[in-house]
Amino acid sequence: MKYLVCISKTPETTAKIAFTNGDTQFDKNGVQFILNPYDEWYALVRALELKEAQGGTVTVINVGTSENDAVIRKALAIGADDAVRIDADPTSAMFVAKQISEYVKSNPFDVIFLGKETIDYNGSEVGGMLAEYLDLPYVSYAMALDIEGGSAKVTRDIEGGSETSKINLPVVVSAAKGMAEQRIPNMRGIMMAKRKPLNVVEAVAFSDKSKVVGYALPTGKTEVKMIDPENMDELVRLLQEEAKVL
Amino acid sequence: MVLVYAETQNGQFKKAAFEAVAYGKKSADILGTSCEAIVVGNAENPGQLGQYGAAKVHHLNGSGVAHFDGKSYASAIAGAAERTNAKLVVVSHSSQGKTLVGRLAVKMDAGSVSGVNHLPEQKDGKLCVKKNVFSGKAIAEYAIEGDAAVFSLMGNTLKPEQSGSDAEVVNVTLDGSSEIEILEVNLQQGDAAPLPEAELVVSAGRGMKGPENWEIIEELARTLGATTACSRPVADTGWRPHHEHVGQTGVAIRPNLYIAAGISGAIQHLAGVSSSKCIVVINKDPEAPFFKAADYGVCADLFDVVPKLTEAIKKAKA
Ligand SMILES: Cc1cc2nc3c(=O)[nH]c(=O)nc-3n(C[C@H](O)[C@H](O)[C@H](O)COP(=O)(O)OP(=O)(O)OC[C@H]3O[C@@H](n4cnc5c(N)ncnc54)[C@H](O)[C@@H]3O)c2cc1C
Repeated sequence: MKYLVCISKTPETTAKIAFTNGDTQFDKNGVQFILNPYDEWYALVRALELKEAQGGTVTVINVGTSENDAVIRKALAIGADDAVRIDADPTSAMFVAKQISEYVKSNPFDVIFLGKETIDYNGSEVGGMLAEYLDLPYVSYAMALDIEGGSAKVTRDIEGGSETSKINLPVVVSAAKGMAEQRIPNMRGIMMAKRKPLNVVEAVAFSDKSKVVGYALPTGKTEVKMIDPENMDELVRLLQEEAKVL
Repeated sequence: MVLVYAETQNGQFKKAAFEAVAYGKKSADILGTSCEAIVVGNAENPGQLGQYGAAKVHHLNGSGVAHFDGKSYASAIAGAAERTNAKLVVVSHSSQGKTLVGRLAVKMDAGSVSGVNHLPEQKDGKLCVKKNVFSGKAIAEYAIEGDAAVFSLMGNTLKPEQSGSDAEVVNVTLDGSSEIEILEVNLQQGDAAPLPEAELVVSAGRGMKGPENWEIIEELARTLGATTACSRPVADTGWRPHHEHVGQTGVAIRPNLYIAAGISGAIQHLAGVSSSKCIVVINKDPEAPFFKAADYGVCADLFDVVPKLTEAIKKAKA
């Protein structure tokens, strides 16, 4: 089996979010970047588990500039066999999906994993776009995935429950909580990662269909109103009459 | 034209479906056009979508769309968009919608924005719309390049109001088969709304000390008709099921009311809940960061306060 894991780089979860250039660009100044948690904890680790149990290879792919090499090396340290970086600064989800699909068209895989979304743009779009470009089935928010012969058994999260289905390979799957547990890279992994192949490929031309034109920060909350713990009737009254949520 | 995909579950429209149609109608008004809806698979009285603003309902049914499959559903919706010359397609930002939004964008060669939570605007001849980014820590405005757009609508963005009458229904049969074979569907029992759709949420964290103490939280939720949620460590240690985990790496929610008991309010937790309309925090530590993000705070032992709050609600309801 050949597994491909799409990985992205996101600001660290406690990063201060600010913008520059007249609020049209994310301010990277002083921001630490990490491997997107869903890609790392769930997608990558499940691919590694399947490889360890049944054999195969795990390749990670990222669309980005050489600034991303550190997070790509982290994925290699966790256990991926090799990495591909498509050399471009991504400008939209469709841009990313287009680039990865072009690579996969000439380098086919059996299962293509992604995280359920990135924690910066919260889009959940790349998986569906990639599947459409490749004309493959796509299962989003998968909480479990097993390979049985030439098909995948996948359980996905749906509102108020879950759904289990069987799909012939190849398939595109976005991974959510439940799929696997986070793995911390060890010293040996980190040393080995330095020697693993990281192939840089050229991007294809693509013009975006949607673009961010401006950012804003949420308007500040009003001061908290503290309620006497002995007077819950007052809290209920405020929820009914002032907040009007009950 | 604005075309809205209205979701069903077991033949019944979801709350998100009415929200999407109401949003589609408002968008159509802004764009100076009309709104139509598309329903796929079994649906009881599809014409009722007219009450939320659909001028016409396209009901697609048959062996090709017997159960949800992103590929065949996206084909069906894109086909209807082409027939009706729709320039904007709206789906819900739900498990189905998240599967569809990207596919539809590629199929229709359209610009997509997922998780929109504002109405669109026309600016310099371009369709623009806002959504939350960086897990609720910022808002981004997107402009669509080209003439077709696909949006997925965040739950609870607007309140669907009923007016008008049922719409004309056009039936279309779709034959074919799905590449996805459904083996099993598990739905939780109980009346509470699923977390992503819930208007009222009662959430608890490590301050609960152990899973055996959750009865007071469940009792409060039952009394309110609310859905229960929890912080990440609580789900990670198995005190509560995974689907209750809210936050940056869990479910992002925006209910009308979010009550948090025994949750410190770490930045990653806030990222998933701070867009809630009203936040009540119950914590015994006056320095708990959550108070800064709260509308109402109660600084006391939750084991004392939560039952008292439940009683007060019962009294107010009686
Ligand atoms: C990459 C990353 C992603 C993360 N994603 C998430 C996420 O999505 N969601 C999430 O929730 N967390 C997330 N976290 C974890 C987050 O940083 C916090 O550790 C977590 O939210 C803390 O959970 P808690 O508030 O339940 O527990 P604690 O921080 O231990 O807080 C417990 C609170 O309960 C109060 N308390 C204790 N006893 C009582 C009592 N008797 N009465 C009243 N109050 C009491 C205490 O004062 C305290 O404030 C993430 C962390 C990382 C690093």
